[in-house]
Amino acid sequence: MAHDILDNSGFSADRKLKIVGTNPIKHDGWDKVTGAAKFSSDIVLPGMLVGKVLRSPHAHAVIKSIDTSAAEKLSGVKAVVTRADFPEIKEGTPYGDMTRMVIAREKVYHEGHPVAAVAATSESIAKRALKLIKVEYEVLPHVIDPVEAMKPDAPVLHAYMRTKGAKPGDAKVWADKASNVVERYELGVGDVAKGFAEAEFVVEHVYDTKPMHQGYIEPQSCVATASEEGEVELWCCTQAPFVYRDRLSEILKMDSSKIKVQQSELGGGFGGKTAFYAEPIAIQLARKARRPVKITFTRSEVFRGTGPVSGTQSRIKIGCRKDGTITAAEAELVFQTGPYSGSAFTNAPQAMFTRYDLPNVKTVSYEVVSNRPKVASFRAPCVPQVVFGVEDVMSELATKIGMDQIEFRLKNAMADGATTIYAEKFGKIGFIETLEAAKNCEHYKSPVPKGCGRGISTGFWFNRGGETSSSLQVAPDGSVTITLGTADVAGSRISISMMVAEELGIPVDKVRAVLADTHQLGFNRVTAGSRTTFSQGVVLVDCSRKVIKEMAGRAARIWKVPEEGVMFEDGMFRPASTNVGEFKPLSIADIAKQTTNTEGAIAARSDMNVTGAGPGFGCHIVDVKVDEETGFTEIVRYTVVEDAGKAIHPLQVEGQFQGGAVQGIGWALNEEYIFGTDGKMQNPGFLDYRMPVASDVPNIDTIIVEVPNPKHPYGLRGVGEVPVVPTMAAIANAIGNCIGIRPRSLPMSPPRLLKLLKEKKGKA
Amino acid sequence: MSELRYEAPESVSAAVALLAGAKGMARVLAGGTDVIVQMETELIEPELIVDIKKIPEVRGISAENGGFRVGAAATGMQICDHKEFARTWPGVIEGVKLIGSIQVKGRASMGGNLCNASPGADSVPPMFTAGAIARVVGPKGVREVPVEQIPTAPGKTSLAKDEIVTSFFFPARPKRSGDAYQRFTPRTEMDIAVTGVAINLSLDDKGVCTAARVAIGAVAPTALLVKDAGAALVGTKVDDAAIEKMVAAARAACKPIDDKRGTKEFRIEVTGVLAKRVAKAALERALANK
Repeated sequence: MAHDILDNSGFSADRKLKIVGTNPIKHDGWDKVTGAAKFSSDIVLPGMLVGKVLRSPHAHAVIKSIDTSAAEKLSGVKAVVTRADFPEIKEGTPYGDMTRMVIAREKVYHEGHPVAAVAATSESIAKRALKLIKVEYEVLPHVIDPVEAMKPDAPVLHAYMRTKGAKPGDAKVWADKASNVVERYELGVGDVAKGFAEAEFVVEHVYDTKPMHQGYIEPQSCVATASEEGEVELWCCTQAPFVYRDRLSEILKMDSSKIKVQQSELGGGFGGKTAFYAEPIAIQLARKARRPVKITFTRSEVFRGTGPVSGTQSRIKIGCRKDGTITAAEAELVFQTGPYSGSAFTNAPQAMFTRYDLPNVKTVSYEVVSNRPKVASFRAPCVPQVVFGVEDVMSELATKIGMDQIEFRLKNAMADGATTIYAEKFGKIGFIETLEAAKNCEHYKSPVPKGCGRGISTGFWFNRGGETSSSLQVAPDGSVTITLGTADVAGSRISISMMVAEELGIPVDKVRAVLADTHQLGFNRVTAGSRTTFSQGVVLVDCSRKVIKEMAGRAARIWKVPEEGVMFEDGMFRPASTNVGEFKPLSIADIAKQTTNTEGAIAARSDMNVTGAGPGFGCHIVDVKVDEETGFTEIVRYTVVEDAGKAIHPLQVEGQFQGGAVQGIGWALNEEYIFGTDGKMQNPGFLDYRMPVASDVPNIDTIIVEVPNPKHPYGLRGVGEVPVVPTMAAIANAIGNCIGIRPRSLPMSPPRLLKLLKEKKGKA
Repeated sequence: MSELRYEAPESVSAAVALLAGAKGMARVLAGGTDVIVQMETELIEPELIVDIKKIPEVRGISAENGGFRVGAAATGMQICDHKEFARTWPGVIEGVKLIGSIQVKGRASMGGNLCNASPGADSVPPMFTAGAIARVVGPKGVREVPVEQIPTAPGKTSLAKDEIVTSFFFPARPKRSGDAYQRFTPRTEMDIAVTGVAINLSLDDKGVCTAARVAIGAVAPTALLVKDAGAALVGTKVDDAAIEKMVAAARAACKPIDDKRGTKEFRIEVTGVLAKRVAKAALERALANK
């Protein structure tokens, strides 16, 4: 179906806005700050059982046998499930791999890999039952480090796996025998040999980054029920209710129409709640026990059983002329995934240099399996890791040619109409405006505080649209509900409600957003990629315009005038001119209460594959101070500058900027999975997995740049991913300027920095 | 899995009797900030919990013989808010303040911090350097034990199964003395010490050090009182040369492990850095304490 709004958004820079651009209190905010909001673990059903998962103690092992008989006999145990309770799907296929991540079949692939589960009348009985399950393993050698995993003699996870895109001449991959390399992916433009020949300065370094966990506050939790008819209901915290439904349908071999997924309030996702873990297990337990089953993960299970982001190794080389013009760039990138593909690593070569207009680029990327939980999305999946290196090389080049850091980036900045390495031609973009705003801000112009170092970095994210299905209902009193098929991961309900209120000319308090279950709407793509406020803005503005048109028609019929005789202005339907006649203007409520004598309910729905997302660009400026005796880094000052297109709810936008930077600070400084030689994670809790605490970060200053995206009715661009992209690079550049040696490995924790400082002193 | 029995006796003798009669694992519960967490994460599965919070004598802070008696279950916030004690033992307060968050300190006690026997417990090194004496009560009566003799290994103490630490005595404090404690953590708070150093020293009228105790935490199976390090300061004006000797002795006493919280090399290095900083802080306090 064609949708006019995708071709003509109706955006106008001159439009006078009453609601968009203000900061009303989030409708869901009150319940969240008072603790009344219902998260998935708050759901309690009559007769509900407690589900618990038995997890592998080994990083890599063959499961020789599973004996659940003793557990089944324990009083209070109502169901036990293992691999035998899940349909067999061939390994090496998307759903075959997915079901094996939910529950191990032939082998366990990481410590914490689920092997069996029980449902019992109490948690203590469930825990006791787990101890009664006997699993016989044949332990195999394991490999976690991706560079180790690429070596010819590394333990192989999948004997059947052959590298996709293997190319003769590249000794890192082969096609004639099994390898841990899932895929070799090449992307480029121009002629790098020629480009480097033209360069007067070339810088090249190797970098590595570590996996980090999304660190959402709310551990995964779900409640499943099964009816006698075989219908399943699932309450869970998810970024993707429809995707969960359809994947459940595939791996459990059930019709999607028999599965209802209801999302709860979400206690953080950041990409980590785009894939299910315990949900299929809870469903199979509920079907077997014929009672509702709840599974709530402990934090340890979250760390040992759910996906972090990819760790990477990258080699990055850029050449430029004396005047600052970049002539060529080259990268070789290794991405760690878990036991199966799924890192979305192709984002990285596409995005890493995008914002600079480069004539010659060559990238080769590898995705490598390893014995750790399957990686999951996290803000701008795979991009911040490689920008960590790109922006170091950029900074070193700027220093070499004696150019201001921002000037050097401006010199090479993409402008409107630029074409990317992945062959997208940009429309109106705001990178230059973002750099100008950074260059002119007080922070950048201020002298670097004594004892500190300053770093800057930039970043890009595509921003997404995609399948979006939502509806709008006008109640007889003129208030409005909007039913959203996407998840609210970051406060999108208020921003979407504001756009609807602006369109309808009613106060935002009159609009209430409801998070739909999967029976209520058409398919909605995952809430990720900074797509939701953008896409729902398009869809709900479309719904709003449809109901306005409908109500204008009804006003015309009430007045007995032609439809073109009715105009809509400031929330009122009025005669378009005095020629139409003298009529008292009608409000939305005036029309909505007359559904009995007009054509019935006033509602609209839009189902679209939304296009027109505008790319996002950001620039971070950070000052740090390093204690050279202990290696401790203090973030002294931090400024995020980013193009939001149009900030619908500026405080929400600021929250995104700050949240991304804070997560990046943790990734930069201390967050790290620590594995023993046995492949077991040694720090599966927040005490030793060192995410920043409030006192570790300063207030993050924000500068919202607004270069409207004309494809959106209000000009907005997604803002969720860009804020983390430049962070680690900016901090590393600042540390480098503070101590005189630039770290190229994450995390830049005190022991590592102290070691670097000692090496530097040793050389001096 | 046996049923968990919870008892909250109102006297020390009743508590001791309960512990003496326990068949399986028994745990004394004061604030519960370690015990409950260990139960929750299934590190321990006790059969008996003896909550001592209903026993008045383990909860108070009072003056005694020119010093202080602090109940083993007095909460961290109670201790921090006791103005006289806080003025006298700023180094002990620095340790107590680092135990968890304000909420945690509303429950956590020095008795628990000591008897949990974590090598990284923050209030323990300054208790060592303060020369605090633990009052230990068991079926056979009362023992007065220097605190440094309580922890013996990670999670282990010299207490018998049926003994309870009921209080600590902090001795009278001479003028021109001062203490300090600092720890290193990669985060600013809510973290576990990678290393910690406490120093308590006294000066004579001429500014010469007459007594000094140095303790280190998180760098050996228990917190350690490093006698050589203290001795390096005695008879000096705590000048740079003396501090260097003290630092060397503190580093030499470190027996750390490489673990998730830090490397051996880093721990030894930073222990010395902190020892120097803490000596200067303690000296400054001693000089100001006229």
